[in-house]
Amino acid sequence: MSIETLAQTVRDPMIPRPYRIVRTQRELADTVTLKLTPEDGEAVMEFAPGQFNMLYVFGVGEIAISISGDPLNRSTLTHTVRAVGTVSRAIRELAASDTIGVRGPFGAGWPLEAAEGRDVIVVAGGIGLAPLRPAMYRLMAERERYGRVVLLYGARTPRDILFRHEVERWRTQLDLDVLVTVDRADPSWYGSVGVVTRLIPHAPIDPANAVAFLVGPEIMMRLTAAELMTFGLAAENIYLSMERNMKCAVGFCGHCQFGPYFICKDGPVFSLPQVQHLLLQREY
Amino acid sequence: MTSLRHILAAQSIFAGLSDAELETLTGCARNVRFARDDYLLREGDEATTFYVLREGRVALETHGAPHGQLLIETIEAGDVLGWSWLFPPYRWHFSGRAMEPVFALALDGACLRGKCEADHDLGYELMRRFASVIIERLQTTRVQLLDLYGAPRAVQGGAR
Repeated sequence: MSIETLAQTVRDPMIPRPYRIVRTQRELADTVTLKLTPEDGEAVMEFAPGQFNMLYVFGVGEIAISISGDPLNRSTLTHTVRAVGTVSRAIRELAASDTIGVRGPFGAGWPLEAAEGRDVIVVAGGIGLAPLRPAMYRLMAERERYGRVVLLYGARTPRDILFRHEVERWRTQLDLDVLVTVDRADPSWYGSVGVVTRLIPHAPIDPANAVAFLVGPEIMMRLTAAELMTFGLAAENIYLSMERNMKCAVGFCGHCQFGPYFICKDGPVFSLPQVQHLLLQREY
Repeated sequence: MTSLRHILAAQSIFAGLSDAELETLTGCARNVRFARDDYLLREGDEATTFYVLREGRVALETHGAPHGQLLIETIEAGDVLGWSWLFPPYRWHFSGRAMEPVFALALDGACLRGKCEADHDLGYELMRRFASVIIERLQTTRVQLLDLYGAPRAVQGGAR
């Protein structure tokens, strides 16, 4: 390989690559999904489920967002963003044909190889379903490699169920168990109402031979991990995706330090024993 | 045919009880069915029975102007429904509506209270198990009140 080719292949991780927005989809009142394709005409990046990119809205700023699309789809890159701050609100306002900068993919993904031959229980809360969706796609694409696959999903209300049509489609699959609950609902809802941890005893898995992937608010993940251990899962088989203020995304700046880790390069996916002692520490 | 005692023994709330204790409980238990939208219990009514759901889902509700009917949480298969039979004034605090066909074990609260008075060991054991259910519901209700999936306050207006 020539020096020139090598230089083109190994991209500088600090330089955003321009992507064009092919399509936007409003998922919820404050949440949008973007489908992106590289403006240079080259292939979409390869990524592992659970990894994230830095999305740069030119003139506004850059934020870390998990990849929410199918890792086998090499034509478009998918991100689902909830508008909660300046940059994410700017992303929500972007439209098809706009350009956005993308750096990545970064971080460690879900240990899908370690889950092979075992039951897999995926527990998502709210927007937490987005970073787990690539793992769901991979689990379904390689369904024969895993035991029972169960998705437990908790949303705020029935109107806040992310990827609703997809969740409903998964629920019809005979080789997948999907249980959904909401925190609040009116009497027109005939599904479960209550926190997602209450679904765990109903998950048809063998806890002694199961691996769990969790994403949601930290309080939810902490309580879910505790309930999973009560249910019989070993702590080392529970994995969670952490989130802090990622800036450089390559472990230089230290903004996302979490105890002895930099979440951007050591995570965002950690095993419970790695971070358990940090989850109850107050941060300021 | 599966006996009522075996069905009772298979419920997690009664797991590990002795044969004698299960026999005692069986004397107060019966199988019941409810159609969708039937009420298993109604707010304000005398609390004479509690249920262990075997199949189906029940909505725990309250109502009142101007809100109308409010859904608090759902009780699922394997869960216990109702503990107002344990304590005076023995009145239901909420209503329980079948959201789908429900198949349950109904246990006569007055019958059980009498047996617990006569056998304090059984009474202690049942009280311990119900306390565990009540604490679990209290904890999950507290988490439900946190509105964890709402917009994170620390991030609102921030750079992210």
